[in-house]
Amino acid sequence: MSRIVYALVIYLLVTVMIVLPPLLVVVMALSHGLGAAIESLADPDALSAIRLTVIITVLTVCINTVFGVMAAWTLTHFRFPGRNLLVVLVELPLSVSPVVGGLIWLLVFGTQGWWGAALERWGYPVMFAPPGILLATLFVTFPYVTRTLMPMLAHNGRAAEEAAVLLGASLWQVLWHVTLPGARLALVSGMLLATARAMGEFGAVSVVSGHIPGLTETMPLHIETLYNGYQTVAAFTMATLLALMAMIVVLVRSLIERRLDRTEPSI
Amino acid sequence: MALRPVRAWAATGLLNVSYDPTRELYQDIDRSFSAAWARQHVGAPVQIRTSHGGSGAQARSVLEGAPADIVTLGLAYDIDILAQNGLLAPDWQKRLPHNSTPFTSTIVFLVRKGNPKNIHDWPDLIRDDVQVITPNPKTSGGARWNYLAAWGWALRQPGGTPDKARDYLKTLFAHVPVLDTGARGATNSFVQRGLGDVLLAWEDEALLATRDIGPDKFDIVVPPLTILAEPPVAVVDRNVKAHGTAEIAQAYVEYLFSEEGQKIGGKHYFRPVNPTILAAFHDRFATTDTFDIASLGGWGTVQKQHFADGGIFDSIYTK
Repeated sequence: MSRIVYALVIYLLVTVMIVLPPLLVVVMALSHGLGAAIESLADPDALSAIRLTVIITVLTVCINTVFGVMAAWTLTHFRFPGRNLLVVLVELPLSVSPVVGGLIWLLVFGTQGWWGAALERWGYPVMFAPPGILLATLFVTFPYVTRTLMPMLAHNGRAAEEAAVLLGASLWQVLWHVTLPGARLALVSGMLLATARAMGEFGAVSVVSGHIPGLTETMPLHIETLYNGYQTVAAFTMATLLALMAMIVVLVRSLIERRLDRTEPSI
Repeated sequence: MALRPVRAWAATGLLNVSYDPTRELYQDIDRSFSAAWARQHVGAPVQIRTSHGGSGAQARSVLEGAPADIVTLGLAYDIDILAQNGLLAPDWQKRLPHNSTPFTSTIVFLVRKGNPKNIHDWPDLIRDDVQVITPNPKTSGGARWNYLAAWGWALRQPGGTPDKARDYLKTLFAHVPVLDTGARGATNSFVQRGLGDVLLAWEDEALLATRDIGPDKFDIVVPPLTILAEPPVAVVDRNVKAHGTAEIAQAYVEYLFSEEGQKIGGKHYFRPVNPTILAAFHDRFATTDTFDIASLGGWGTVQKQHFADGGIFDSIYTK
């Protein structure tokens, strides 16, 4: 009996806290009809925000996958002084406020910072331009691939890799044919987590973006600009689109997790 | 393509870094100026982009490298900071007419329809049953004008002294439930989230809220004495030199003073400085007594005295 009560409470909580708010967003988006909503997405600034978000997300996930695999492999295969500290440091972006994740880049690349003035003179400003947005997004998504991959690599152990080396495989072949296939679902899961975070990141990007519509506004930033400009339908339509993109990522990830549960130990 | 350096577009593009409540104004100005420019310069279309935020925060971005060709901020002090750091000439405010201020505004009270709390003047704001919405003067230009309007009013009361003015402001800020970072955020708190009984606001923001956002939901109360707010504009010398946009940036700021530009300002509830055009909009702007920032000692003094760390605002808001 009490089990049913608990379940009902959880259902209620999830409905009120997680299901209803996004539904309200959709309702607001469609308040002037589907046509108005779709039309608002055709605005050049809206298209630019979508394009920038997609580009930044793809680049972020690619770069962080390479670094994440390297970091996870190094940290699980070797014991060296400072290794534990490094494990903690990799996780730092998860606990640091995203605003700090933006400000650090401003300190380095802003014109008041170390290299900013020189970069600007050469014609390659980093801050208030897409490269700065990429850096900020890289920072906040850095831990995801490493953290999901590490337990899997540790669990799989080194026996198969050692066998491959004895059979004459090069380091690259070991990584490509032995290590990664054994952890591929964990890898994809980490990449999807990074994708979701990169698409939705607001705080860190807000600091380095300059909020220039059509140039340096990602989707979350453009939603804020639209909302503050009383363009309710456009703001909530963009929010709906962003939520849909996130939902697809989460859905794919949960399908993978289910396979992971069947074939490999959970992470 | 999105990763191209900014300078690649800057030759034909113009970036106006502005403050919070000018979104609708500059959307209109940008469109109309581009059309005027295209008529005079065939084959050289210009794309103008405008970024908005709290005035202080926007100035900070430009200081850190946001590629603004033009700044149109909430108060002169924010542009002074850029001048101090060499982004534009120290005498920038003398380069355009009217202290480089194309439109003025004042600070007014926005109340719920029918004025249920019976708010008419500054003393009404500190009655027990009144909650006041105003943004944070540390980050918002509009909030500094709000604060200084209250300060100037209190000083000008019979027997008014800085100490008494300080006491008034301390009580006033005890009636503020949330401090938003920008004027638009504060307006949203009052208009869309329904917080507070009275919003201290730019006149243009208040008129926009009553006429366009929520007709029949709000009334404007113009206090008998308030401040004359002068939000100035300037070309950012260093950036236009780097972008090669000096000519068009100059044309843009001059356009704001043209008949067409002044009319657009009036349409968006900013008071045009051109008296003829102001007269054409007289029905929307209430006449009231005002004092200006110079009468309080100018921005340099006011900033140090009130808003710097350890200034009067810190002493009334933290205790």
